[in-house]
Amino acid sequence: MKFYLKYDMDVIFRKTLEQQLNNLQVAYKINGLGEIEFLQSLSAEKVKELTVLLSVYGIEIINDHKSEIVQRIKDAISEMVLDTSSEKNHKLSEYLPNKLGYSYTYLSSLFSESTYTSLENFLIIKRIDRVKQMLVHEKLTLSQIAFELGYSSNAHVSAQFKKITGLTPTVFQKIIKKRSENKTSFKQS
Amino acid sequence: MYLDRLHIALVEDDEDDRMFFKDAIDEIQMKTNLLLFGNGQEFLDHILLPGQSLPHLVFLDLNMPIKNGIECLEELRAQERFKNLSIAIYSTSSSDQDIEDTFIKGANIYINKPNDFNKLKSVISEVLKINWQYHTSNLSRENFLLRV
Repeated sequence: MKFYLKYDMDVIFRKTLEQQLNNLQVAYKINGLGEIEFLQSLSAEKVKELTVLLSVYGIEIINDHKSEIVQRIKDAISEMVLDTSSEKNHKLSEYLPNKLGYSYTYLSSLFSESTYTSLENFLIIKRIDRVKQMLVHEKLTLSQIAFELGYSSNAHVSAQFKKITGLTPTVFQKIIKKRSENKTSFKQS
Repeated sequence: MYLDRLHIALVEDDEDDRMFFKDAIDEIQMKTNLLLFGNGQEFLDHILLPGQSLPHLVFLDLNMPIKNGIECLEELRAQERFKNLSIAIYSTSSSDQDIEDTFIKGANIYINKPNDFNKLKSVISEVLKINWQYHTSNLSRENFLLRV
């Protein structure tokens, strides 16, 4: 016995999508075919889960996987710089693959392709940004900073600071101090 | 923070220098968009137009007629809406005092103008790359200082 079927691809697609998205248990909106919008940003785990759910039906997320990974790398590096206890124990080449589940070679080439810098250099930029904050807002000495961030010495922090900013930490501090004095006197006059 | 292309303005009165800069930027492998202006006043007139989209980065020559780099810098920094604009001052002066004054007045970058084209290219490339980071990552802009 044979049956002949009539069907609408759009309806099938929409129903499939709805079923899978409901499994995910996050608020969403289907903006016409081929575009879904989440009312809040999805965690990396949820994105992974959704990718798997949809792949069963041959549906692929064309979001830009690359930008997403780059963002996750940046988040991981920021975390690493802030959490000084972990930084002392981790090398970028061990920390990132563990955290993100991709090989270091892959992460490193993907990162350089889309950011105009390397992973190692980005870490240095972030760290020096942290050093600046510690100098300006937390009023720490260079030795304290070196210790906190796991640098081998003051000289090492200084040299890296100079390399990234072209200024010594002392000159940098002086400029920022004078700038804020200027602003205050400007407001008062 | 997604960025497709870095929008750059160059404010320079000398036509030869303007060409050098433009050629250097064109040769750097980065997605950029460049607008050229002959002096500070021309640039201010342009960006003060209502609804004008702002560049990410402006290069200001220090010595220009009508409105020089420092005057232009001061006018830009007096306005809240330009706070995310990176300002690069360039000059042949390498006096520490001049450089500090420029930074105190709110410049982010001070470039000692190189004479050699390849040197210029590498300096500009460094400036563009760090600006890309400031516009795509969470870095503190109020502490953004670079001397090259």
